[in-house]
Amino acid sequence: MKDIAIVAYNQSKAVSDVGPCNEVELIMPVLAEVFSQAGINNAQDVDFVCSGSCDYLQGAAFAFVAGVDALGAVPPIKESHVEMDAAWALYESMLKIRMGHADSALIYGFGKSSPGELPIVLSQQLDPYYLAPLWVDTIALAAMQARMLLDQGKISERDMAEVVSRSRRNARNNPNAQLAGDVSPEDVLAQPSYVSPLRKADCPPVSDGASAMIICTVEKAKSWGVPYAVISGIDHRIESHNMGMRDLTDSVSTRLAAEGAGLGDGPVDVAELYAPFSHQEIVLTRALGLGKETNINPSGGVLAGNLMMASGLSRIGEVFNRIIAGDAGRGVAHATSGPCLQHNLVTVVEKA
Amino acid sequence: MSEQEPITGIEAPIYLKYNFTAGAAPARFLSQVKRGVLTGQRCPLCEQVYFPPRGSCAACGVPTQEEVVLADKATVESFTIVAIPIPNNPIKPPYIIANLVADGANLSFIHLMSECVNEDVHIGQRVQAVWKPAEEWDYAMDNIRYFKPIDEPDVPVDRIGKISVAGWEG
Repeated sequence: MKDIAIVAYNQSKAVSDVGPCNEVELIMPVLAEVFSQAGINNAQDVDFVCSGSCDYLQGAAFAFVAGVDALGAVPPIKESHVEMDAAWALYESMLKIRMGHADSALIYGFGKSSPGELPIVLSQQLDPYYLAPLWVDTIALAAMQARMLLDQGKISERDMAEVVSRSRRNARNNPNAQLAGDVSPEDVLAQPSYVSPLRKADCPPVSDGASAMIICTVEKAKSWGVPYAVISGIDHRIESHNMGMRDLTDSVSTRLAAEGAGLGDGPVDVAELYAPFSHQEIVLTRALGLGKETNINPSGGVLAGNLMMASGLSRIGEVFNRIIAGDAGRGVAHATSGPCLQHNLVTVVEKA
Repeated sequence: MSEQEPITGIEAPIYLKYNFTAGAAPARFLSQVKRGVLTGQRCPLCEQVYFPPRGSCAACGVPTQEEVVLADKATVESFTIVAIPIPNNPIKPPYIIANLVADGANLSFIHLMSECVNEDVHIGQRVQAVWKPAEEWDYAMDNIRYFKPIDEPDVPVDRIGKISVAGWEG
């Protein structure tokens, strides 16, 4: 099987409201940056393009199709889309390369969540007969998950506050972060309750932005003559949409995906976890079996900026950046989709 | 169970509110349309002028920053005769929907044609905008009610999309 390399990655700065900027205008700058990193001109120079987005976020029908105007798709290109985080667009692109249908792929994700009420919009991804008509929003579901963890003594509110504090402090070194600062666990615990037992700081901000990545076979990366890291494993698993059938205090799907991706085959220097809520970072850390030797969310994670449909791809990009910078030799990136960590994708990235 | 009525539907209406924004490039275009001015945007690479512009050259994948003022005269690139009424529009079927290229632009846009004999409409025909009264202008392409034929020679097919803003003398 062909080894697959990451050769380029870029993310826009996460902002609370990107203003009058349509999907094309959101995507073009990150595409221009990854084309430049890989030393190519445009999407004509890769064999396959796959994107991740959800038109419900900005309330613009067929925004995902309009986004193709950012690619230079004349003459026509091979192109695909997932109504998911672009981390799954990466997964589709890897399958394409492994099947021998492509040697290189451009992946991008974008989300403009500011025009709508994000937690309410996301309620419409639930079971349409029973849950969606109740408008159960994502923060309420996460709060119930946190309540179970607290009541069973699996975490404390202080544990959660420490996750927030570390995110804010790490984010000071991330120029693309939306929320950063010298925040102590005591500062967080002093905040009032928001959706009990969650404080506002336990929840991700609403963010607008995009990210993009270019992957290819190792042979292609060598011919392009650019630095690269290798994706040594990738797997994803999904749990039932019926919340009552899941153990919300664990993430079985993450654990199984990590096994499938071969996470345990070597040391893990860095981990970038898509944990939209503070308690979920603890659930994920345990499911992945990460210990003190692993630097968790050095970017600040998505508590510092949550680009719906792009932040999963960005987790992989953040690990790539640290490996290329020489800060890490092997790392894990996690992406999630659905309420309370329903669907999880684990990617292992290693130094070439 | 056999006596139970089948349930054939449930009511689950969805209401979602959005603060829509048109995009930076479309906003520049729409602001000019409100003043009765048609503007395209030129690609810095292939130099094609897009109208209406969306902010990128779809062929090259680069931003289109340069604004180009266009004429309200255009050429028919293609058309169809429609037999279905438009809601709340005084134009009665059968009427014409046409692919037009404005003078000064290279890519076509879609608009209506009226004040014409439908059977005489043809590719290459010259047309001009019929505007609503200025006090009714808004951020919308229906500031132009429709395009009507004008007395100018036809444009040969290979020249359609290549007419300058100065117009077509034949």
